[in-house]
Amino acid sequence: MNLSIKHLLGLEGVPKDDINTILDTAFSFREVLERPVKKVPTLQGKTVVNLFFEPSTRTRISFELAEKRLSADIVNFSASVSSLRKGESLKDTVQNILAMKVDTIVMRHSDPGAARLLTRFVDAVVINAGDGTHEHPTQALLDMMSMREKLGTLEKVNVAIVGDIKHSRVALSNIYGLTTMGANVVVCGPPTFIPFGIEKLGVKVMYDLDEVLQFADVVMVLRIQKERMGKGFFPSLREYRKQFGLTRERLEKVRRKLIIMHPGPMNRGVEIDSEVAESEHSIILHQVLNGVAVRMAVLFLLVGGKRG
Amino acid sequence: MKEKVKFKVADEKSLDRTITRLAHEIVERCRGIDDVVLVGIRTRGEFVARRIAGKIEKIENVKMPVGVLDVVLYRDDIRIRTKIPKVQVSDIPFEIDDKTVILIDDVIYTGRTVRAALDALVDYGRPAKIQLAVLVDRGNREMPIKADYVGINLPVSVGEEIRVKMREVDGEDGIFIVEVVHESQY
Repeated sequence: MNLSIKHLLGLEGVPKDDINTILDTAFSFREVLERPVKKVPTLQGKTVVNLFFEPSTRTRISFELAEKRLSADIVNFSASVSSLRKGESLKDTVQNILAMKVDTIVMRHSDPGAARLLTRFVDAVVINAGDGTHEHPTQALLDMMSMREKLGTLEKVNVAIVGDIKHSRVALSNIYGLTTMGANVVVCGPPTFIPFGIEKLGVKVMYDLDEVLQFADVVMVLRIQKERMGKGFFPSLREYRKQFGLTRERLEKVRRKLIIMHPGPMNRGVEIDSEVAESEHSIILHQVLNGVAVRMAVLFLLVGGKRG
Repeated sequence: MKEKVKFKVADEKSLDRTITRLAHEIVERCRGIDDVVLVGIRTRGEFVARRIAGKIEKIENVKMPVGVLDVVLYRDDIRIRTKIPKVQVSDIPFEIDDKTVILIDDVIYTGRTVRAALDALVDYGRPAKIQLAVLVDRGNREMPIKADYVGINLPVSVGEEIRVKMREVDGEDGIFIVEVVHESQY
């Protein structure tokens, strides 16, 4: 059951077998989360450092819970209270932490490729918890787990990713993962948010959300970053909502069963309406539960066992 | 992993007789089965447990609760193995607090699986009693663990293995002594 990968830096190039192993294992871990004692001794004696150079609530809590549920020892580090403030480089910070004998680093960083860079100068398992606008592999894995749970398979499933594709690491990881698993991926959003040449990754581009909703099995709504408003990406939140928001009115026109997902945090009333986010179609809170299970699976498969 | 069958210890019929006896012993020693539940250890322990349950249901004319336990996450050799074992779902769909839990496996050897299972079980609650039933005891224990109900005592030497086959997973029933050519697990 060993993975072919040694680190989880992204889903680009990760083989189908590895993804299946992670998802299968994650389903087994879900049961652990239902027990009276929600903890197993599997990673006893292993040390995990959570290095968060960027603010995060759910990913960080989710990783921390996953590590605790596996009995690993954990150290938390956030940029705002560290020596980085004093001008220390990433390399020095990490090497100092590693000198204290840790086995694994879970890292979130604002620079694309930061996790890969880390693997060059450390001898520890590196798990990418989001690197800038590049990838966020565990989010995509939990999304795929949630879809597979609802639909039974990912093969030939029509998945629409709606919103700011250009700046979204969630979108990119999902595109890599879902296309590997044989799903049909459509991206939809304002042309300013669709990166040039994205079709080369095997996805279809569409600009009319109503048209997309006619055939999609899953709609993954991405968060709109308000900071990008008025910078040439989109004119106003109202305008965005009108064209690309998953509104109640828009959904009422669709007479099919849809699965609605959102990686959070949500801007209610912008990219998604509250009624939609809380409707029977929505599996948003389910995604959060699966997040812990998927991260347990990744940690177990990469960190458990002797490194050979 | 290659293996060569050296001896067939039991066929379908005698395996069934052994399971019948185990069922009777459990009912007898527990003085009825009011607060008794069965938990089989994955993979073959599950099927042994289900068959014992079937027999008990016939004897006592009640429904027998059966759970399944996967002990991979509790094994003491995870740390030293380079090959990571497959984790499967545990499924104990009932409370085990104050119950007599009969833990069931196909073969007991070193006792390490049972130790892991005991750890796993107490995470589900606090049973009044835990007992152990096995189809085959092959000896050579590495831990102070003893089965309460034993189908067959079958001491074999290191290098030989007991292979219990169950129709549900192996397509046939039987107990065999085999010689194994090991690939390294470490």
